[in-house]
Amino acid sequence: MSVPQKPARSLLGWEAAILGLVVVALLIGSRLHEAFLTGPNLSNLSSNLVEIALIALTMTLVVVAAEIDLSVASTVGMCSALLGVLWAAHAPMPLALLATLALGALAGLFNGLLVTRLGLPSLAVTIGTLALYRGLAYALLGDRAVADFPPFWTNLGFGLVPGTQIPIPIVAFAVLAVITAVVLHATPFGRSLYAIGANELAARFAGLRVERTKLLLFVLSGLMSAFAAVVYTFRFSSARADNAVGLELAVIAAVLLGGVSIFGGRGSVIGVIGAVFLIGIIQNALTLADVPNEILTIVTGLLLILSVLGPNLAARVRTSRERRVARSKGGAP
Amino acid sequence: MTERLSSNAATPPTGPNLLTRLLRAREASLVLILLVLVGTTAALNSRFLSAQSLRDLALNVAIVALVVVGQTLVLLMKHVDLSVSSVLGLTAFLSGSLFVTHPNLPVPLAFLAGIGIGALLGVVNGLLVAYGKVPALVATLGTLYVFRGVDYAIVHGGQITASNLPAAFSTFASGAVLGVPFLVLLVLAVMIAFSVYLRSYRSGREYYAVGSNVDAAVLAGIDVNRRVLTGFVLSGAIAGLAGVLYLARFGTVDAAAGSGIELQVIAAAVVGGVAITGGVGTIAGAGIGALLLGVIGSALVALRAPAFWQQAIQGALLLLAISVDIILAKRAARAMQERSHR
Repeated sequence: MSVPQKPARSLLGWEAAILGLVVVALLIGSRLHEAFLTGPNLSNLSSNLVEIALIALTMTLVVVAAEIDLSVASTVGMCSALLGVLWAAHAPMPLALLATLALGALAGLFNGLLVTRLGLPSLAVTIGTLALYRGLAYALLGDRAVADFPPFWTNLGFGLVPGTQIPIPIVAFAVLAVITAVVLHATPFGRSLYAIGANELAARFAGLRVERTKLLLFVLSGLMSAFAAVVYTFRFSSARADNAVGLELAVIAAVLLGGVSIFGGRGSVIGVIGAVFLIGIIQNALTLADVPNEILTIVTGLLLILSVLGPNLAARVRTSRERRVARSKGGAP
Repeated sequence: MTERLSSNAATPPTGPNLLTRLLRAREASLVLILLVLVGTTAALNSRFLSAQSLRDLALNVAIVALVVVGQTLVLLMKHVDLSVSSVLGLTAFLSGSLFVTHPNLPVPLAFLAGIGIGALLGVVNGLLVAYGKVPALVATLGTLYVFRGVDYAIVHGGQITASNLPAAFSTFASGAVLGVPFLVLLVLAVMIAFSVYLRSYRSGREYYAVGSNVDAAVLAGIDVNRRVLTGFVLSGAIAGLAGVLYLARFGTVDAAAGSGIELQVIAAAVVGGVAITGGVGTIAGAGIGALLLGVIGSALVALRAPAFWQQAIQGALLLLAISVDIILAKRAARAMQERSHR
């Protein structure tokens, strides 16, 4: 109803606003505490949000196509548990990693098949698999923790690129972010996601293979969750069934704050990356300034609400002004 | 945003006979599954049907079933209220701290406070969704964070314990009439009241109208915004009441009380046949959904399923229930529009 009529332009505005807010947050952060704008702190900051950032990439694709995947955090837990079990059973690490990634892809495939073959709403399916995959994580590992991962691998999780302050997982994230951005914004596949998200029926009539595309999206989402599970496990050097509980809400909050419409068809990778870092920077700066944790939770929630409320109110003001100025372009959709 | 409704929303709103018959059939099939489950479990472990274990089951299910009532109102309108868990946690703590500061507070006042605070939090959600045009998923995900953050800020590491509560209040969960705990009776009363309301009152029917087809509802003269606002206020108020009951049931409440209950609540509603696509569902069905999930949980314990497998089995059954339910609904819907395209 109050969706702005010029999505492209208003989207650019939103991205600019997010990136502007990132700069403002950096400036305020540096004023709040002298340790904020230092290499070690920024390194720590980005390292802490790498799993959210990774999953947010594929979640962007999924939400642009007007679907949702709530099972990502449970997939992280399940894959982390498998990695732990395999390592504890003395499997060679490359094999264990491969199996972990395969399990993630399989989890995504299962979601995707239920959504595309049975035509179930993804919200319902992934609420179900959220419970199922977390349950399987406990079935695999119980309440044990596997922690004796070899230093070579854990170093990849929390180590820095030699000679810099850049955490190694952030490099992986940067590469994947570029790939995702190119795929979404510069390939026919990416454009087809917008078409499907904006109007699935029209996309179908236009000859797009909606089912196959969605299936692929869920597989990618599962695969990325598995990769995030590997990063998480090595970063904390701990495989546990309850790893990353509740992470799905943080990911979705970042994606929506980044300007992706929950109804599909709108959004960009840049906006989402900006939002992930905006939340991370604000939380880090407030923590350095000794602001209690509960305020951080409140700020995250408010940001999420304002990210939609703000543009909505702006659009309402704009349309009422346009209506007054010119009546040539009435309200034709 | 309405174009995503696509085919199944094009179903004509006429044909109540078929619709009610379908609903009745879905509730009947749920009851059947329930009976088979209870029968098998009781045959394998006779203690499953002991008075004590039934009482525990009823108390556990009651609080979820109560929150499901409010969630159903919201789901019927094609919205969702994720913030119920935070509302429950916040009101549980606030009503408890009322007893701490005023040890002689009359018990009904604590209930009124819980309901009032819940309603107030519901107003926030309702205004955001109805007038701010923020999608319910986004708005209530946001307030889930905000309300929980406020909860943590107020609780500040403290906690309410049973010793802070007057005896008259705690008996609400321990006392019983004919073996049925007061708490369960109260929840049943609320469920019946809202069942009648949704079924037989004009404004109750409006929830279905809004969820089935917003545009048609507007044309029919329904004040959609007001209906949506009311739905969220009721959902908040009911979650607030559930918070007070949670306090009475468990006695101990900290800042994390009720975390994650929103997924259980939505799962129960969906299993009970409340469509997340709006316009379809009943309180009775949603209540049976909550009962079914509760029975599955305690049956797994009674059957001594390996502890770490229980959650996985529960998840698989939940997924199965959701799939079967939606497939049946789709088949029925297709039968209804047999003559039109597709």
